[in-house]
Amino acid sequence: MSMVDSPDLLSMKGITKSFPGVIALEDVDFSLRKGEVHGLVGENGAGKSTLIKVLTGVEHPDTGSIELEGKPIQVRSPQHSQELGISTVYQEVNLCTNISVAENIVLGHEPHRFGSIDWQEMNVLASQALKRLEIDIDVSRPLGNYSLAIQQMVAIARSLEIASAKILILDEPTSSLDVNETNLLFDVVRKLKDQGHGIIFITHFLDQVYRIADRITVLRNGKLVGTYETGSLPRIELIAKMLGRTMTDLDAVTKSKVEHEQKESGERVLEAKGLGLTGSLEPVDLELGVNEVLGLAGLLGSGRTELANLLFGIDKPDSGSLTLKGKKIERFSPLESLKNGIALCPEDRKAEGIIGDLTIRENIILALQAHYGWFKFLSPEKQSEIAQKYIQLLGIVTPSPEQLANNLSGGNQQKLILARWLATNPQVLILDEPTRGIDVGAKAEIQKLVLDLADEGKSCVFISSELEEVLRISHRVVVMRDHKKAAEYSGDVNDQTIIQTMAGNL
Amino acid sequence: MKNSSLLNRIRESRLFLPLGALVLILIFDALYSPGFFKLGILQDPVYGNHLYGNLVDVLNDGAPLMLVAIGMTLVIATGGIDLSVGAVIAISGAMGAVLINPSLGNQLVSNAITARDVSNTPLPIIVLVDLAAGTLCGLWNGFLVTRAKIQPIVATLVLMVAGRGIAQLITNGQIMTIYYTPYFWFGNGFILGLPVSIYIVLAVAILAWVLVRKTSIGLFLESVGINAKSSYYSGINEQNVKLFAYTLCGLCGAIAGLILSSYVHSEDANNIGLNYELDAILAVVMGGTSLAGGRFSIFASVVGAIVIWTFTLTVYTLGVPANALLAAKAVLVMVVILLYSEYFRRFLNRLSERRAVRPEVQKGAESGTAN
Repeated sequence: MSMVDSPDLLSMKGITKSFPGVIALEDVDFSLRKGEVHGLVGENGAGKSTLIKVLTGVEHPDTGSIELEGKPIQVRSPQHSQELGISTVYQEVNLCTNISVAENIVLGHEPHRFGSIDWQEMNVLASQALKRLEIDIDVSRPLGNYSLAIQQMVAIARSLEIASAKILILDEPTSSLDVNETNLLFDVVRKLKDQGHGIIFITHFLDQVYRIADRITVLRNGKLVGTYETGSLPRIELIAKMLGRTMTDLDAVTKSKVEHEQKESGERVLEAKGLGLTGSLEPVDLELGVNEVLGLAGLLGSGRTELANLLFGIDKPDSGSLTLKGKKIERFSPLESLKNGIALCPEDRKAEGIIGDLTIRENIILALQAHYGWFKFLSPEKQSEIAQKYIQLLGIVTPSPEQLANNLSGGNQQKLILARWLATNPQVLILDEPTRGIDVGAKAEIQKLVLDLADEGKSCVFISSELEEVLRISHRVVVMRDHKKAAEYSGDVNDQTIIQTMAGNL
Repeated sequence: MKNSSLLNRIRESRLFLPLGALVLILIFDALYSPGFFKLGILQDPVYGNHLYGNLVDVLNDGAPLMLVAIGMTLVIATGGIDLSVGAVIAISGAMGAVLINPSLGNQLVSNAITARDVSNTPLPIIVLVDLAAGTLCGLWNGFLVTRAKIQPIVATLVLMVAGRGIAQLITNGQIMTIYYTPYFWFGNGFILGLPVSIYIVLAVAILAWVLVRKTSIGLFLESVGINAKSSYYSGINEQNVKLFAYTLCGLCGAIAGLILSSYVHSEDANNIGLNYELDAILAVVMGGTSLAGGRFSIFASVVGAIVIWTFTLTVYTLGVPANALLAAKAVLVMVVILLYSEYFRRFLNRLSERRAVRPEVQKGAESGTAN
């Protein structure tokens, strides 16, 4: 038992990694004990992902050493890191949605019988693996049939059970889970911790860090700020360490909302009457005023996104009506909505939002160009002008508008989609989880922006899983539950009421 | 510094690899079959004086493939594929042959003159019907892909198989010989000493380029090819964009069919334009357009088609028997696949980086000693 003299399961020392033009990590130390949940926090671009990539062999460090259970190792490739017992569950589920849950879980380790895959045994193995996470689903159905949350759990089950990981890296695992599912995950994490696994937990939800982490390591701009025992680090100090500044930005958001409320005119822009789609959303009544931010709260799968998709014309309603400025909308498609001045920043940034291999400039002018059609082509000069304008306006951090959108960080990608829609000068802006998975600073900026837009006479529908955020910026809050509208509150409702409504107690 | 960024830009250009390949093949020819470059002036009683030689043949023989590659580029840019272009070539050729001489079975239109200059249909109508037939084929493919939501490879497989059947129905299963001199002009004629087909390719390429790059269609094609869902969410009519690409691809196939049937003075529904779809895909891939869709370059694909034909004629000039041509082509395909594999490219990049770093290190050391 060499563990006695080396209590660290994992020890990374002096890790430096630079890319052309950027130093992503500079002399960073990180250690993980057995039976420890270690929170890794920092703003986007702080170096968390790079540190994880170094640990999982995706990137090779320029300098620095890694020891696993006291033995120096060199992680050659992601596969090699799995063989070493280091497994990762990523923010974006990277499984195959068109094959069964069971196949996803055992992929590459299928049980064989007489030289061919033993399907029955495979299904048994897979459902056992999931039952240990207290999830009981039909593992023979395609993964794509299940919600993002379930897919995430499948990813976790896969790395736990099949790769038999010693170290489990959870990269934003809860960003698509609802409260119950998060609790479930944490139960599993605690169990693993008791069994002596080391868990690296990366998240933007600071309350979750405080709930589950034993120690916290803070990174900022590729440098180590420090590693702290969770109990000895008050939350406000943690945020200050992450940002290198105080929380005045968020205070400013609250203030601007208060100032703004006096301006409200009560004029209606968008009105839904009994708007619904069988199997997706029960009929909903909704009103949206000029200068108004309407919050949509609700658990994952409560019908928030379904409502947004109906309002934007992704799905066509089969009941009720939608009226924009007194005019009934007859045809439903994103293009029609675009022409009507309705915009949607979709929930899934990567799959539904950015066009990764196009440049930032092209991404920004895309919706405007779609509005203009095939033959009224924006000249390259005009495109650059528009792109520059919105890059500045939204503070998108990039060396050039000719960079690929893929190269932007999450927060900047979100701003990019916002820029795309602002360029079309919409009247109604629907934002589905615009701050998911982005850092505190960018979050505050986006919240402030939404309020500024409402101030300028636009109307916003703001959807978020973070209740605190919905309450902070919304003038009214609609709570969704079980695919229907459960209640509507004015903006000064307290969070307990909303939680109770979401849970179905009110 | 400026120099190196220019070099980089050339290296990153989509034209770099196909042009590089072309230059390599030509260097090979210069070394091993210098006759390849021989050009002469032929006194032709029908078409007047014109150039002849291997280089001219490359362009003339390669013209149909270049045309098909132009259409295929747009389809592949949307993330799709069109397997039916060979069949579209057959249909277009069959339409032409039948319109000239509707009596199936090779009877002459008129016995009086050996029917050299007699056609049952005026030439402009023949051309228009040909092109319309191809456009219709493209529309059909586009309809299957966008409205019936059938995967492109399956959707165009339908016409790939059925198209030759349709062509055979048109020609009544016969190999039709065409006796109509004006029709031969497309595949054999010359303007200012150069083959007519080259002018057609040039015109189509420039028109296609203007159509996609001077409008927003090019942007939409790439956007849809990279991420169709995001494009739809951004208000792009993704279905119409795809429909456009397939339709244009059908039209290009029809022009290629016109030139090919004119070139060989006949229409053989079973063999005309055989495997053109695969060569066209190869040309497009050589032009740097990913089969996954996205960024594309029409001119790079045309150069890709030229590379294929330069290679083919080089192999012939070397005296390699025709039945070994496919094996030789396999080598070309292997090289192309390697050059475009992510892994191989990273390997090359690392090599060139290492070379680039070394002199800098030396320079650093020198300046260090100077201090």
